[in-house]
Amino acid sequence: MSAKTLFEKIWDAHVVSPETADTPATLYIDLHLVHEVTSPQAFDELRARGLKLRRPDRTLATLDHSTPTLPPDASGERPYATPEAKAQVAQLETNTRAFGVQLQGWDSEARGIVHVIGPELGATQPGMTIVCGDSHTSTHGAFGALAFGIGTTEVGHVLATQCLLQRKPKTLAIEVDGRLPPGVGAKDLILHVIGRIGVAGGTGYVIEYRGEAVRALSMEERMTVCNMSIEAGARAGLIAPDDTTFDWLKGRERAPQGAAWDKAVAHWRTLHSDEGAQFDRVVHIDAGAIAPTVTWGTHPGAAIAIDAPVPAAANAVEQRALDYMRVAPGHAMAGNKVDVVFVGSCTNSRLPDLREAARVLRGRRVAEGVRMLVVPGSEAVRQAAEAEGLHTVFRAAGAEWRLPGCSMCIAMNGDMAQPGQLVVSTSNRNFEGRQGKGARTVLASPATAAASAVAGVIADPRPYLEEAAA
Amino acid sequence: MKPVVRITSRTAVLPDENIDTDRIIPARFLTTTTRVGLGKLCFNDWRYLPDGSDNPAFPLNRPEAQGCSIVVAGRNFGCGSSREHAPWALLDYGIQAVLCSEIADIFRGNALKNGLLAIVIGEAEHRWLLDHPGIELTIDVQGQYIALPDGGRIAFALEPFARHCLLEGVDQLGYLLQHADAISAFESRSAEAA
Ligand code: SF4
Repeated sequence: MSAKTLFEKIWDAHVVSPETADTPATLYIDLHLVHEVTSPQAFDELRARGLKLRRPDRTLATLDHSTPTLPPDASGERPYATPEAKAQVAQLETNTRAFGVQLQGWDSEARGIVHVIGPELGATQPGMTIVCGDSHTSTHGAFGALAFGIGTTEVGHVLATQCLLQRKPKTLAIEVDGRLPPGVGAKDLILHVIGRIGVAGGTGYVIEYRGEAVRALSMEERMTVCNMSIEAGARAGLIAPDDTTFDWLKGRERAPQGAAWDKAVAHWRTLHSDEGAQFDRVVHIDAGAIAPTVTWGTHPGAAIAIDAPVPAAANAVEQRALDYMRVAPGHAMAGNKVDVVFVGSCTNSRLPDLREAARVLRGRRVAEGVRMLVVPGSEAVRQAAEAEGLHTVFRAAGAEWRLPGCSMCIAMNGDMAQPGQLVVSTSNRNFEGRQGKGARTVLASPATAAASAVAGVIADPRPYLEEAAA
Repeated sequence: MKPVVRITSRTAVLPDENIDTDRIIPARFLTTTTRVGLGKLCFNDWRYLPDGSDNPAFPLNRPEAQGCSIVVAGRNFGCGSSREHAPWALLDYGIQAVLCSEIADIFRGNALKNGLLAIVIGEAEHRWLLDHPGIELTIDVQGQYIALPDGGRIAFALEPFARHCLLEGVDQLGYLLQHADAISAFESRSAEAA
């Protein structure tokens, strides 16, 4: 048997009918995650054709994008941004009831951002194929699953057939050699990688992150890395499962239990790229050379070390980005005045992310004139954070502690920045207008975001972290 | 889906690189539960001035761009989210084809499934088309070429199944549903293995 990559092993195990010159492969999907924004038209399609949902047991829905993060008023009314947002949530409630899908709704202890709750519930498992009408489905690749985002038409395909028509993508190995320096984390790593290979560098590829620095990452950090694969153009990014993965999953609600667990782990241990497996492309990254990294432009590939000078515009497009961001080439991003700080999103809203932000904020204050929002990724994260008292650290520092949801990552739920405001954000997209019309987004790690909140300007978190450790 | 065989139009050029799906349709409009009527929101924050009037700096607002249904866009068009609202909005706005040297994966798949011709062309041809807005092109899906006014042709690749679906107006869900037996067989095989 020839050597296979991890991706090929998962792919081959899910082919219902192989691809031919004329037709794509029919690929079986183990887990389909659903949220309110990209599903209504797909459920309508099923209705129009009189089709049933093929596998309700392999479908899991949540409310996250359009949901307000402020609590309901005295009458129980939630502060939806618009009547449409409210109607969209109601429609998912109706659709999941009508088609027999389990919904982590308002009353669920497990509700949260779709890419946070799949792993938390243990629904995300190594070797699976996982899809969702959401490009950050790549997050689940952290567990050694083949996970990617799909459009609404394909959501309908999976609802009706549990399958997708797919051409086999190419493989890209990103080998991260060495160790990340102190004060430098997974977010800095992935921003650095995207800066290196570019926002289209992964187009057509599935990325496998490998190497010493990747092995050393926690599960949450691996999710942060895989989450942003799409920002390099790759639909999926994955990491071979290991003991870190198994320890994290063990005992979770939907993970196999007892003898089934042992059997599953024995299988999962075979899920790695074989010695000598060929990738279509290999990129090496030196972890030791990475510093806290932020973006200066209007796509995630415009990433540089926080203290490095912003490059001069190489063309009209970059000039437009500099103008939009109102940053000056030749100067570092550190020191730019901050208006809003957002800690949250499926990239950085898990418990360790919140701990990292709290470590910087403990005993400090958010600077005068800066608004800081901390939004846990799920109810489970919220409860765990509150059990440790993190919410009191945030509140004491002057930050707002919200209910779980996508919040200001996508600004379609009432949480947004005002035109011209500069937002240091732990989310994944710094596109024009992503966080509100005219808002200027700088992507950063939770530590950098928290340090910037305290300093009132974009700030290197390392001195704050050292002081906290001392 | 209606068959898409051939499109003839003058081109309009959107030279910016990395035009992401948030620019094509900002996220705050994604609370819709239908797929119709999104054209008026297409490129919303770029296309209109704060007072709601047309932004003269938006290339598709220029007089010479009116009636153009083929857009030549800067590199890496459609990057960002998986929202199918992007091709729905473009089609409803009157755009039937996007030509580019590099198009984001999910967007391209979504576009083709809706009959929006998202076509990748070579860099030299792309450069030339960016530099020559307003020329009349015919995109021939059957022959997989773009006919230029001077009789020249630009060949392009199209995934054979996507091409078949465009030409015949094939509905991919219908095709998948025909695999029901194979899917059931796969499911029982994996149930046994587990
Ligand atoms: S947090 Fe942001 S990126 Fe993640 S699913 Fe929500 S909107 Fe998408």
